[in-house]
Amino acid sequence: MSSATAPGQPLSQVPDQLGRFGQFGGRYVPETLSAALDQLQQAYDDALADPAFARELDDLLGAFVGRPTPLLFARRLTELAGGGQIYFKREDLSHTGAHKINNTLGQALLAMRMGKRRIIAETGAGQHGVATATACARFGLECAVYMGAEDVRRQSPNVRTMRLMGAEVRPVESGSRTLRDAINEAMRDWMASVETTHYIIGSVVGPHPFPRIVRDFQSVIGRETIDHCQRLFGRLPDTVVACVGGGSNAAGMFYPFVDHADVRLVGIEAGGRSSGEGEHAAPLSYGTPGILHGSLSYVLQDTDGQTADVHSVSAGLDYPGVGPEHSYWRDTGRVEYTNVTDAAALETFDTVARQEGILPALETSHALAWAVEEAARMQPDQILVVCLSGRGEKDAAEIARLRGQTEAAD
Amino acid sequence: MATATDGKSTGIAAVQQAFAACAAAGRRAVAPFVTAGDPDVETTLAVLQALDRAGATICELGVPYSDPIADGPVIQASYTRALASGMTLDKLFELASRARQTISMPLLAMASYSLIYRIGIDAFVSRAAASGLAGFVVPDLPLEESDELDAACRREGLVLVRLVTPTTPPARAEAIAERSTGFLYCVSVAGVTGERTALPAGLIDRIAWLRERTSVPILVGFGISGPEQAREVSQVADGVIVGSAVVRQIEAAAPAAAMTQAVEQFVGELVAACETA
Repeated sequence: MSSATAPGQPLSQVPDQLGRFGQFGGRYVPETLSAALDQLQQAYDDALADPAFARELDDLLGAFVGRPTPLLFARRLTELAGGGQIYFKREDLSHTGAHKINNTLGQALLAMRMGKRRIIAETGAGQHGVATATACARFGLECAVYMGAEDVRRQSPNVRTMRLMGAEVRPVESGSRTLRDAINEAMRDWMASVETTHYIIGSVVGPHPFPRIVRDFQSVIGRETIDHCQRLFGRLPDTVVACVGGGSNAAGMFYPFVDHADVRLVGIEAGGRSSGEGEHAAPLSYGTPGILHGSLSYVLQDTDGQTADVHSVSAGLDYPGVGPEHSYWRDTGRVEYTNVTDAAALETFDTVARQEGILPALETSHALAWAVEEAARMQPDQILVVCLSGRGEKDAAEIARLRGQTEAAD
Repeated sequence: MATATDGKSTGIAAVQQAFAACAAAGRRAVAPFVTAGDPDVETTLAVLQALDRAGATICELGVPYSDPIADGPVIQASYTRALASGMTLDKLFELASRARQTISMPLLAMASYSLIYRIGIDAFVSRAAASGLAGFVVPDLPLEESDELDAACRREGLVLVRLVTPTTPPARAEAIAERSTGFLYCVSVAGVTGERTALPAGLIDRIAWLRERTSVPILVGFGISGPEQAREVSQVADGVIVGSAVVRQIEAAAPAAAMTQAVEQFVGELVAACETA
């Protein structure tokens, strides 16, 4: 198809100057934001050319975040699966409990380079909101986080943390009251505040240059994984899996691997309750190309072009769109995408807690569910790495509530 | 194609004639915005007729979209109401087609590019042309991404109105002004749509600067709430676009007959405020 790369061109050589990943990506925003996006692109190019920027970020990722995060052999889960060896890339051990902090620190540094002292962000599960509030506290920046009212309810521990860090949490009551509406509100705020405010988008979505910047800041995950595997095994893993909502942990994990054609890469979307419209949040599985939140990518839409309602038990995956680079990887066939249901994710949450002593985030539990099944089909000398993108303490209360409902219904 | 089978001008010719007639009558243009299907199609049709009677030059017909990022709370809520009452693109094009038979002001579709792209650019533009819409204002389509829609509009003889904002650098504003057809939409403030109490500093200078760089009329929108501001703006611009203030009247007033009367009176006051003679 038209998005295929020229023969011999490595898959990693994207995006182009207009932010295109094959046919996907681009910049579809109100004119008011054009200048700010150009400014951001310029600031990022300048930062890349400035060794002091990389040094400062590396220092923060070390002493503040705790990187590099470990690669853990999941011994009892591997025994349970009875096949290939399962390893966890422990992003849950990052400061604030998920990979999101890699991006927020990088973007906060960019904001300061642009002279912007006010930060806004959207959040779904609250992990990006917490990571943004944390970066802002670290640098003394003003911070407002937009969060769907439904997500404020189901991820309340993170709301508390954001407020403790000095951020203002603004619940969004419009639309489906979830991540998509939070992004709409953050964009509207940015329209009016763009000259003094930087919008730290939390995933590899949005208008150019956000998908590239977020991917680059998250790519530390994949680079460390490659280093670890080389040291431990003297080779790369056979299979790497990550969950995909907007897709930032997956993009950060996959990107350093995409030019290593022998490593199988698999992204897991939220399969929700079923494959019916409105019952899942899996645009790469069931969607079509369309524009949402400033870029062209796979999106879930109804026949009249409106964005479809979506469902996932996991707030961080409950989004009708996905990053444009994932759409590119999907259409080029470099990454396989499939999905895992709410029920399977919830079951795996329990399994991993009991087998490994780790509460994985519900988002991550989707990737883990696929990993356990897939490991059973692999040989004992094969290696499967799961990006353990975040920890699940934030989900414990919501899971208990869901179970209470189910038991009551029984 | 400049005229339809019913003899009325279409597309770019209709827009040019509307501005010419306005100038001949000694007035600046008044371009109200209404959301199609808010709260239902029949009400929108009645409102369009009221706007036409009030002397509006041209009308922006908002196409409801689930995720409008350029719009403030008033217009966003109107989109939600329209979608909740079952508004669809089929109904939109049918509404435009019916309206055209009873009103003289041209209708432009104010539509998110997300929606146009999802339906298909050629399909959307040709259906718009067939229904008598004169063209488009696409608030989330920057210059760099607009070639395809621009080509489709030129092919069908429809206008594609471009927007410049206070954050647009001069060289870019010049490029946008050159490409705009029908008129140039000068956004008064950085922000979303909505009423504001005062006109921003620098607006008059910006309009004067733009006027030297484009031959199409310059209309000012975002934040114009009533006749006083319309009068002020019409001293320097070729007209005003009024959105949220009109939509709010539709939202507030009931029953429908009283509401259309209120809208007609409000827009009539705007038209009177924009008289130059």
